Amino acid sequence: MKKKVLILPFVMAFLTLVLSGCQPLMIFDPKGPNARTLSNTIIMSIIVMLVILLVVYVLLINMLSKYRASKQAPDYEPPHEEGSKVLEVVWTVIPILIVTALAIVTVFTTSKVEKKPEGYGNKEPLVIYASSSNWKWHFSYPEQGVETVNYVNIPTDRPIEFRLYSFGPITSFWIPQLAGQKYAMSDMLTKIHLAADQEGSYMGRNSNFSGEGFAQMEFEAQAMSQKDFDEWIKDVKAKEPKLTEKEFDKLLKTSFVGRKSYSSTHLTFRPAPMEHGKHGKHDMENMKDKDMEGMDMSH
Amino acid sequence: MSKENTSAPLEYRTHENEMKIFGFWVFLGAEIVLFATLFSVYFALADRTGTGPTGKEIFEMPPVLIETFVLLTSSFLIGLGVHAMRIGRKKAMMVFYIITLLLGLVFLGVEINEFLTYIHDGATITTSAFMSALMTLLGTHGAHVTFGFLWGSAILIQIKRHGLNAKTANKAFIFSLYWHFLDVVWIFIFSFVYLKGVL
Amino acid sequence: MSFDELFAPMKEPMILAAGISIIVGAIAVVAGLTYFKKWGWLYKNWLTTVDHKKIGVMYVFVALIMLFRGGIDALLMRAQTAIPENGLLNSEHYNEIFTTHGLIMILFMAMPFIIGLMNIVVPLQIGARDVAFPRLNALSFWLFAAGAGLLNVSFVIGGSPNAGWTAYFPLAGTEFNPGVGNNYYAWALQISGIGTLMTGINFITTIFKMRAPGMKLMKMPMFTWSALITNVIITFAFPVLTVALALMTLDRQFGTKFFAMQDGGMDMMWANLFWVWGHPEVYIVILPAFGIYSEIIATFARKNLYGYKSMVMSMVIISLLSFMVWAHHFYTMGHGVMVNGVFSTTTMLIAVPTGVKIFNWLLTMRHGKIQFTTPMLYALAFIPIFTIGGVTGVMLAMASADYQYHNTMFLVAHFHYVLIPGVVFGVLAGYHYWWPKIFGFRLNEKLGKSAFWFIILGFNIAFFPLFILGLDGYARRMYTYSADTGYGPLNMVSFLGALMMGVGFILLCYNIYYSFRHSPRETTGDPWDARSLEWATHSPVPEYNFAVVPKINQLDEYWFAKKEGRDITAGEYERIHMPNNSSAPMWMAGVMFLFAFFFVFSVWAGVIVFGLATLGFLAYRSFEKDDGHYIEVAEIVETERRLGGEQ
Repeated sequence: MKKKVLILPFVMAFLTLVLSGCQPLMIFDPKGPNARTLSNTIIMSIIVMLVILLVVYVLLINMLSKYRASKQAPDYEPPHEEGSKVLEVVWTVIPILIVTALAIVTVFTTSKVEKKPEGYGNKEPLVIYASSSNWKWHFSYPEQGVETVNYVNIPTDRPIEFRLYSFGPITSFWIPQLAGQKYAMSDMLTKIHLAADQEGSYMGRNSNFSGEGFAQMEFEAQAMSQKDFDEWIKDVKAKEPKLTEKEFDKLLKTSFVGRKSYSSTHLTFRPAPMEHGKHGKHDMENMKDKDMEGMDMSH
Repeated sequence: MSKENTSAPLEYRTHENEMKIFGFWVFLGAEIVLFATLFSVYFALADRTGTGPTGKEIFEMPPVLIETFVLLTSSFLIGLGVHAMRIGRKKAMMVFYIITLLLGLVFLGVEINEFLTYIHDGATITTSAFMSALMTLLGTHGAHVTFGFLWGSAILIQIKRHGLNAKTANKAFIFSLYWHFLDVVWIFIFSFVYLKGVL
Repeated sequence: MSFDELFAPMKEPMILAAGISIIVGAIAVVAGLTYFKKWGWLYKNWLTTVDHKKIGVMYVFVALIMLFRGGIDALLMRAQTAIPENGLLNSEHYNEIFTTHGLIMILFMAMPFIIGLMNIVVPLQIGARDVAFPRLNALSFWLFAAGAGLLNVSFVIGGSPNAGWTAYFPLAGTEFNPGVGNNYYAWALQISGIGTLMTGINFITTIFKMRAPGMKLMKMPMFTWSALITNVIITFAFPVLTVALALMTLDRQFGTKFFAMQDGGMDMMWANLFWVWGHPEVYIVILPAFGIYSEIIATFARKNLYGYKSMVMSMVIISLLSFMVWAHHFYTMGHGVMVNGVFSTTTMLIAVPTGVKIFNWLLTMRHGKIQFTTPMLYALAFIPIFTIGGVTGVMLAMASADYQYHNTMFLVAHFHYVLIPGVVFGVLAGYHYWWPKIFGFRLNEKLGKSAFWFIILGFNIAFFPLFILGLDGYARRMYTYSADTGYGPLNMVSFLGALMMGVGFILLCYNIYYSFRHSPRETTGDPWDARSLEWATHSPVPEYNFAVVPKINQLDEYWFAKKEGRDITAGEYERIHMPNNSSAPMWMAGVMFLFAFFFVFSVWAGVIVFGLATLGFLAYRSFEKDDGHYIEVAEIVETERRLGGEQ
């Protein structure tokens, strides 16, 4: 009877894979170097964990099948056992070694995904400011001088640097197939580095609960060739209106706005907060900061 | 259960008394965490003054020195009070305790005046994160002193009525621990809020 | 706030139904008590009691009610997400439900269940007559009950908290959360938290100062050890929560700027304070369950606990590490690689002492003679299921990988795989194990086992799919999702599992009624042939616990005494000093409930009146003359004879 419960998780895993239609799960279907690093890390850790699970399960099945009362003589008296130094050392040292290995992997992969993705030579990353407000995402392209709401287009052959902040509750910016998530907060700028190596449309969303409209706080991240990207920029600049302060305030106040495009950014009149460790939000000195250099190009 | 151990000081004589003192030490451990948390909050927010004043701009040392002197003296006096209690001198003990409590009142008076000055200068608890943290830290300590005054007075009334016995002595002793603790907290406030603020 | 706004939640049909059922239930209870003339009995024997066993029973009773309240929340959430774009609940309602589900399950189900079992068992295991401060213990219970009441009142009057049980600012601030919901949050937790802190102080003193003669610390049963360590964590973690909640109240009701978005406020400080308390809180509820498993596995493997010293050491190490890992709850906040690396490492290190415990339990069973009783089944199911929770915890601890798991259903699955086997199975095991000690009869094994299988299978069916969903990018706390995400089928499976668990819990409760009617009464006081001291006295336990306090020479003294044919409770009776009952704790908690209730609505007159009344109760206690009472030898002789004579 006990064995049933032991094999259950594996049966469940099998069933769930069948039910999910055999499509690769989003996390294991990366479309960029950062997400790929994370996917590999996760698969590696799952294998290590399965080995640990196996050890525990084999031991447990062994104990339960060998030492059940029904298998013992009625007059069997279990012995008094204090414990064993050797065994204790074994099951302390081996886990410590595993943890050490995993800690090294963690530091290595964390620093890898926190940097500009490798393989793009000395191409400067494209900086996009992604800011959240209830319940939408604003994307400002200081270099190109355009701004979008609830969708973001990126070129495939260039690393991207998202700079995140929020006009309200803490949100978490996440495009699972391109990179791991990061919080967007009101008084501090955070960064995500990523690159897309395949053209396509990817789901992006806020994953940190932020109130009533949270479930709808999705956006589309579309990776396209540099040529298409340039064309799109040209298009927006030519056809879309400028983003005025008044219009932006109205945007902030409206809960759901759908997609929007503008031919200027809100960074001129509503600068982003500073990076981690520095504060003094919307400080005018901030404007002279390197962060704002890109912005000047939009004038 | 309540066999008396006559070799111990009065306040420790019964098992129950011993447990109360032990339990109160554990409680003080929790209080240390409480104030440590408030200090951490203060340190995190000390420079975040927004549009309000900084510590340097509003701290005035003379009243703070008075507060420090008053509280240190009261802590010393309550120690004398416990000593008087152990040698069975009820009257001396009560005098020391009364002066202690009165000094506590003086401390509170100066502190309230300090708060009024801040408010008069336009720096209230809602002005900035720094002011919020400062006034919450000081206010929590002040509330403890206020509660101590009420508690100490209640104990003095009981000693006046029933004299010194294992029960009242136990209460008075535990109260002295509390008072010393408030003094220690104040020393930290003095050093890490005021001194650090004006330097 | 107008009358209309006050009762605005009642306009929702489902909340109205909930409100009505609460009122109908309350009326039924009141009518029943009146009809059977049980008010006096209830007041005298239960409401005013300071007996640790009865207080423990009341804790467990409220915990079970809260289990159903939180369980219904869970079923509603799973029902809402069972099919894509379901309209059962709207967003606001769903948000309230997952918020209260978390709060209730952690603070008003797991905590009181654990504390209730500690109340019942710890004094018995160390051979004490009661806890160190019985009156304070009653106050702890009533403050917890007041807090639980306040949170449940929010559902009917004024609106529930809806910013998640973590209540991150600025979402929980007045700008985005203008209602009173989060004021309820702050005060319900504050009041019950103060009660919990006092429990911590009480039990540390009890365990250090009231052990039977000869019981050195390293001769204590493992559950008492786990209780000691847990209460140390409580004492050092809960003041942080007290401060955090006070700052929340100040920000929300007095306009301070701690977590504000302007004037220098720091929204992330809330997250830090919350988790500095919140992570140790996880171990506060899990360590006692580890203690329970240690007792049960040793009893039913019919062997002493393997590696006693390393079991104690590992709990001490876990308790220390539990204060050093809080930032792993927000790796994604953008602190650098090194900070994340350090917290990753400390977090993963917790797996080492936890692993030591798992292996010690496994080796306890080696060479044993395992009996599959209901409590043992829970303990045995715990090992494989909790290990899944543990290893996924290590996976989550890796900061880089966490960027992909954070805020997803993978995380939700992980902590349910930790908390349900690690806490719920533990308290259920303890509940079945110690039931005969308190009530004098065993719960039916057959019903117990069928409930077990429903709960175990239901649990895995409900939660395993969530791992997969999380890896497929399904964020937590979404009230709905579109069909083309493909999340539908697995969510449906999960819902069916949740229903199965529900059936299991109903069976579990039916078992109380069934066993009350049909179970044979216990006469031995030791139905499981167990090892520790609580089994040395009668079942049900007399008010004074032990007529003669036993002397202890070794760990499991009672077990060895049984084998050698010694009676460790033999000796000369002496009159026993016991504390008096008091109604003050209940009334004082009632007054503090009203104080908090008026505070929630910023009705200052009420706050002042009931604040002063609270101080009045403290003054009353200070001036009160209450030296307890003595149970005379004749009465002890009579009680002992009635409960089983010759022992």
